[in-house]
Amino acid sequence: MSTVTEAEQVAPAAVAPPRRRRPVRPWRVLPPVGVFALVIGGWYAISYLVLDDARRFLLPPPHEIIDVGFLDPRNLQQLMRALWLTTEVALLGLAIAIVVGVAAAVLMSQAKWLEVSVYPWVVILQTIPILALVPLIAQWTGFGFSSRLLVCVLIALFPIIANTLFGLQSADAGLRDLFRLHGAGRLTLLVKLMFPASLPAMFAGFRISAGLSVIGALVGDLFFKQGEPGLGILIDVYRARLQSEQMYAAVFLASLLGIAVFLFFGWLGRRVVGKWYQASRG
Amino acid sequence: MTLATTAALRFDRVDKTFQDGTVALVGADFAVAPGEFVSVVGPSGCGKSTLLRIASGLDDASAGQVHVGTDRLGYVFQDATLLPWRTVRGNVELLTELHGLAKAERRRRSAEALELVGLAGFHRHMPHELSGGMRMRASLARSLTLSPELFLFDEPFGALDEITRERLNDELLSLFRLQRFAALFITHSVMEAVFLSTRVLVMSGRPGRILADVEIPFEYPREPSLRFTAQFAALCGEVSGHLRGAHA
Repeated sequence: MSTVTEAEQVAPAAVAPPRRRRPVRPWRVLPPVGVFALVIGGWYAISYLVLDDARRFLLPPPHEIIDVGFLDPRNLQQLMRALWLTTEVALLGLAIAIVVGVAAAVLMSQAKWLEVSVYPWVVILQTIPILALVPLIAQWTGFGFSSRLLVCVLIALFPIIANTLFGLQSADAGLRDLFRLHGAGRLTLLVKLMFPASLPAMFAGFRISAGLSVIGALVGDLFFKQGEPGLGILIDVYRARLQSEQMYAAVFLASLLGIAVFLFFGWLGRRVVGKWYQASRG
Repeated sequence: MTLATTAALRFDRVDKTFQDGTVALVGADFAVAPGEFVSVVGPSGCGKSTLLRIASGLDDASAGQVHVGTDRLGYVFQDATLLPWRTVRGNVELLTELHGLAKAERRRRSAEALELVGLAGFHRHMPHELSGGMRMRASLARSLTLSPELFLFDEPFGALDEITRERLNDELLSLFRLQRFAALFITHSVMEAVFLSTRVLVMSGRPGRILADVEIPFEYPREPSLRFTAQFAALCGEVSGHLRGAHA
């Protein structure tokens, strides 16, 4: 027996929000394209107008970067191998950072005394300059891949811990009361309430750390040069040899990697929480 | 049988002092019989919510005894407190999930509860797609899945506009007649208290004491037009009078 009066009968369909994708209008595309053209134009201007022949290596024109960096098969191969290796370090470092970071945050979320005891060390981790840790790391894991990985993890870890912990603690107090009232144990509370509630903040943390993991992979390269060269090493080598077209090509690839990872986690975050988070904020 | 053994809820000279020294309740002494609808009105911060929290077991009394005659409790918060990542049906099934009921049973109860509150077609919607009134209905439906014998309400309609509020009052009374639970209902609104209840308790400001216990003699079902009768106004006046004394 329904207790709703007639006036209240609202068709369910009328309440659901519209989900349309607006078509891209030409004048929307114009500003970004315009700025891009300006930047490229400025680039050429500096290359040919500001720099004389002897100093052009400081900022080679874009078409030469493409010619020497990407169209030369040997250079291309070297760049691609380095890109692959740096990607490996960054993704593996990010994965480890996620596992360790989320575990640490879950641990700290369980009791105030745990949070107060552990968090200071997390902050120290964030603030210690990697340079200071290099001799230590070198002693334990040498000068190759493992050390680069460790540097990458160290750089990417903090945002994951901080954001995940924040997310876990953001669950509504009224909901916690409700769960408690109905006999939910610690694990149920964590799985059914705290963890889903933390997803938006967690993915924000993943996105930040994704960018940092790329930087971490490159920085790791610079400190630990042994073994197969990653993009960081290549950039340094090209710099030393004044092969600036290849250097710019390598820098460009590193940026692309960073952008790709950033966009991926943005997309992933939207897919996972988009249904209920974006809309509820809107 | 004495009232003591049949009461759905009984507070026996209950005091509550918090750790920081705040005295929330002093000598709270009252009973709610099965099938009674008791409202509590009082100024802000006078300990009304504390009363509910102690009744439900979320907090403990510092002194005195609390008897709850049933373990089937319903609790409705001022905020609808729905899980934003679950559908309406997922939310309504939450409590039955926490109590370990089988999926088929959960489904059956949630369908029934949604039907009762008039949200039957909305089970797939997400909370952010609903209006405030509909969210509160979903919250009510959630509590109803456990067929509570004692229902605790913490100013559930306080955040809603007056029209929605009055409509939900009418719907709550229909549910009350149907389900026959005992209810302890906290509210700021004297009119709401008088319209819904069989008795109205008036609380003083902090430290909270019960100043008055007013009988509301109207029969159920109560028509919405009851709000505009002289007798109703007189009762509201009486309750308000006690409330004004509470501020003194």
